[in-house]
Amino acid sequence: MTSLSGAFFAVIQRDLAIAMRHRGDLLNPLFFFLIVVTLVPLGISPEPARLAAIAPGMIWISALLATLLALDNLFQADFDDGSLVQLMLSPQPLWLLVLAKIIAHWLVTGLPVVLFSPLLGLMLSLPQAGFLPLLLGLVLGTAMFSLMGAVGAALTVALHKGSVLLSLLVMPLYVPVLIFGTSAVQRAVDGMNYGGVMAMLAAVTAFSLLLAPFAAAGALKVGING
Amino acid sequence: MWQWFHKLGSPRWFYDISGKFLPWLALASVVLIVTGVVWGLAFAPQDARQGNSFRIIYIHVPASFLALAGYYVMAAAGAVGMIWKMKLADMVMIAAAPLGAALTFIALFTGAIWGKPTWGTYWIWDARITSMLVLLFLYIGIIALSRSFSTRETSARACAILALVGTVNIPIIYKSVDWWYTLHQPATIKLTGAPSMHPDMFKPLLVMILGFYCFYALVLLLNTRTEILQRERRTNWVKELAAGK
Repeated sequence: MTSLSGAFFAVIQRDLAIAMRHRGDLLNPLFFFLIVVTLVPLGISPEPARLAAIAPGMIWISALLATLLALDNLFQADFDDGSLVQLMLSPQPLWLLVLAKIIAHWLVTGLPVVLFSPLLGLMLSLPQAGFLPLLLGLVLGTAMFSLMGAVGAALTVALHKGSVLLSLLVMPLYVPVLIFGTSAVQRAVDGMNYGGVMAMLAAVTAFSLLLAPFAAAGALKVGING
Repeated sequence: MWQWFHKLGSPRWFYDISGKFLPWLALASVVLIVTGVVWGLAFAPQDARQGNSFRIIYIHVPASFLALAGYYVMAAAGAVGMIWKMKLADMVMIAAAPLGAALTFIALFTGAIWGKPTWGTYWIWDARITSMLVLLFLYIGIIALSRSFSTRETSARACAILALVGTVNIPIIYKSVDWWYTLHQPATIKLTGAPSMHPDMFKPLLVMILGFYCFYALVLLLNTRTEILQRERRTNWVKELAAGK
């Protein structure tokens, strides 16, 4: 029998390898992110002062939507080809393997969005002071999106029409992250201390790290056995 | 001591027992709500600043109370169903979701109506209003999920997980929205909690809240009984019931 850590890293490695073989899918959330942000000046105003005022919120909301779109892929392909059931039958605890899948998923969808965000900050003329909290906040925030999103993805994986339903289920849960994330950036832009807000954001993410793998594993068992 | 708990596992037993409660609950909710409405609308004194428009409080506050309590009822039923694999608890959970969503909507709707004369606008992004709206979305998610599975058992289990995840998140969402509101609080509208109410205004409100609790229990029982009949429609006792014994 493979050891716990062996199984954990094997799942991460496998998911990363699969993602690397579908590189086109990797870019899609990024282009989505870029296009949504491009629509903002077109829809509101190209004036830098007005853009700067809404930049933190717009970047956060676009990042939220981009990661939300990619959530479908978390379990769907594995469910379709049967490997998800094999994972569930394996002797290792399911929550650990689910956590491995979430981490791999975050590495290929959340992290690129984070790395891409400074560019969009530039395009929306986000003031200089906002970039660091934006990056830090998005690292924590997209991790929370992937974790809580995994619960929704697990609940809807067997339904084959999950995407809109999935958004309905998880978006209300994203409210605290959006609030803390945008206000950390806003406080930095206003020249205030954002450490406390960032700590709250980290706390929310840590809490979902505790909760989400178990809830998602339970949801998978319900959705697939039932 | 645990006998009643095991009996609860039997939908048929629950159906028989709850049938005996129904008339009493119906009577209590009619008496309390009629008393509360007449007392509140006709006899309670006018508010010094808001005039008669404050009287919508007699619907708004009880509905808001139960909208939130309803989510916890639903989540608790879901947890019982998951832990003890109790069919009845699943049915209560499924029955509680649309009821809670309706109450949340009523709370938002009456709040909007009340807001027009009081603050001069139907909608503002106040902390409590926004939290209520998020609560409505949580309910809608559960209802949408419960309608997407082909079997009722799976759908109840899935909804229970979502309801529990929502429950542990509700305090976080509420606190964060509260905090967000203090950050953006507009200076023109002050929404501090109602200054302590005069007892003459408060007593009818208390009657209305009790009445709403009874009414909630009544509708929850009725919904659960419908759910029981639908799920057990292939069993002999339901067939006998339908045939009129």
